[in-house]
Amino acid sequence: MAAKTSASFVDPFIRIAVSLFEDVSRQTIALLGILLASLLIVPWLVNDYLLTVLIVVLYFAFTGQAWNIMMGFAGQLSLGHAIYVGLGAYIAAVLFARFGIAPWIGFLAVIPVAAACGATIGFLAFRFRVAGVYFAILTIAFAEFARIGFDHLDYVNASAGLFLPVAQYARNDLWHLRGNPTMFYYVILAAAAFAFVVCRALLKSRIGYFWLAIREDEQAARAAGIDTFRYKMAAVMISAVITSFAGVFYAFFYNNLFPEQVFNISRSIEIILGPIIGGIGTLFGPILGAFVLTGLAELLNAAMAAIGFDLPGAKQVFYGICLLLVVVALPEGVWPWLARRIGVSESRQ
Amino acid sequence: MPIDVYLNVAVAGILTGLVYGLMALGLSVIFGVVRVVNFAHGEMMSIAMYLTVLLFSGLHLDPLVMLVPIAAVLFVFGYALQAGLINPFISRPEHSQFLLLVALALIIVNALLILFGPDARTVQTSYAFDSFQWGALIVDATKLYAGAAAIIAAALLFAFFRFAPVGKAIRACADNYTGALVVGLDVKRLYALTFGIGAACVGAAGVMMTLIVDVTPMIGPAYTLLAFVIVITGGLGSMAGALLGGLLIGVTEALAGLLFTPSAKSMFAFAILVLVLLFRPQGILGKRSI
Repeated sequence: MAAKTSASFVDPFIRIAVSLFEDVSRQTIALLGILLASLLIVPWLVNDYLLTVLIVVLYFAFTGQAWNIMMGFAGQLSLGHAIYVGLGAYIAAVLFARFGIAPWIGFLAVIPVAAACGATIGFLAFRFRVAGVYFAILTIAFAEFARIGFDHLDYVNASAGLFLPVAQYARNDLWHLRGNPTMFYYVILAAAAFAFVVCRALLKSRIGYFWLAIREDEQAARAAGIDTFRYKMAAVMISAVITSFAGVFYAFFYNNLFPEQVFNISRSIEIILGPIIGGIGTLFGPILGAFVLTGLAELLNAAMAAIGFDLPGAKQVFYGICLLLVVVALPEGVWPWLARRIGVSESRQ
Repeated sequence: MPIDVYLNVAVAGILTGLVYGLMALGLSVIFGVVRVVNFAHGEMMSIAMYLTVLLFSGLHLDPLVMLVPIAAVLFVFGYALQAGLINPFISRPEHSQFLLLVALALIIVNALLILFGPDARTVQTSYAFDSFQWGALIVDATKLYAGAAAIIAAALLFAFFRFAPVGKAIRACADNYTGALVVGLDVKRLYALTFGIGAACVGAAGVMMTLIVDVTPMIGPAYTLLAFVIVITGGLGSMAGALLGGLLIGVTEALAGLLFTPSAKSMFAFAILVLVLLFRPQGILGKRSI
């Protein structure tokens, strides 16, 4: 009896896992396997500096994937995703610094807050038919509102910043997220892989097809009987919750939080650059975009250091020029172009 | 606090708001016609502000004299930008345009940082500390000049779109893109002109803004946001709305700075934006078009 219950409990998961990859081509699976395997062994091959770069890459792969749910799948342009990162970071950090609550428990507290925040923005926008550019500006407004609000909130040390206690830990403490870069690397790798699988599952489910229908033509989707309000709300809330985990990670990885930095609009822009450069609406796009952008930034750093050229702002100018060239030359993003080249068939869904 | 303090602050807010309005007018004109959201708007303003500082410190030219030449420089910049870079993007999706202009904004901010360094620059005009007094009302001379110049610039712009044949042609493009093509208008050139005009507006606003605030390379993004807030509050695409929104936000910021803390003033601007989006999504003077 017990065995039967456990089997029927596990069954659907196996079926989902199989169905996730049943219509994926061999090349794609091979590509995925190689990517995952190399990411898994990489900490043994690189030094701490490169490992930290890879952590940043995976961080943006994760947030890009989360943002892509809203924009790439459901077609809702959010330019204020820093608000979810900030909320996740501050809530988890405060719970840990003041009450000693572990971040994983803290994340359980973050989930309803991030979902409620996403739901508020979504409700206000979708009920009152705020769409397109107006919706984007509304999301910026909320993020800015949070930035200035936290800047004046004494409970979180306002603009003076919130710091997590840092100590040399003899061993990695995964439960409290205290440890060396290798541990953080595997945490964010797991998160990015999880986000990838979740996005794939969402895209292949009913809700995914509803989102694509809404993105392509909302009128038509409504005429076909899709409750567009409900599914747009779902997109915002799922995206918000996933993004907020990035905040928890951010807080424990960097150990310091300033509203001016965490909620800044440039954080929101960083989040969305990856998926746009990589290829919006694709699953590999956010990952590739994160690699391309962070790699580009680090290459510029290295190049500047090599020629002894140290002018503040020069790196960003080159970065901007590269962005400009990519967006002019590859309108769909890097991944759809690359996928055609190497004969893998994941273009924009 | 006595009532005349509020009055003085409100008047200062109105005058600053007029300059805000002119800045936002540029954004509104560009969006209303080209349908591209200029995410580099504040950054373009900081170019004008640095030009003002440079000409003042180098050649001792008064900012008010430089108003027209600097606006003209920005016009050329805007025209070239639209003709060379943005025109191929007008039929691309929003996020693609967004990325293009964000990249441009990034380049402008950091190019200014390379050229001028991170320190705040300012112009010290001979009339920097002058003021006019009418009874209890005391008005800074710089703000009065800036506000007056903003009104003149806005009036010229209204007249241009109302009476000049090119202005009418641009309005035709905004009203009906296909129709404009059918009657033989050179839409690409008119778009470039429009972007130039929008850039000239923000250029003129930048010159006057130099009289009111210090300039650093980093102020661009904040003013881009402010311009959005104003334009959406007033009504995207409505020229009078942009000015009205500027006044509203200018006064709100000034009073919020007085009643609460100056660092929290933009929170009130965003609060107004959220309220407007909820209760009148098309903006105060906007027409419902979506």
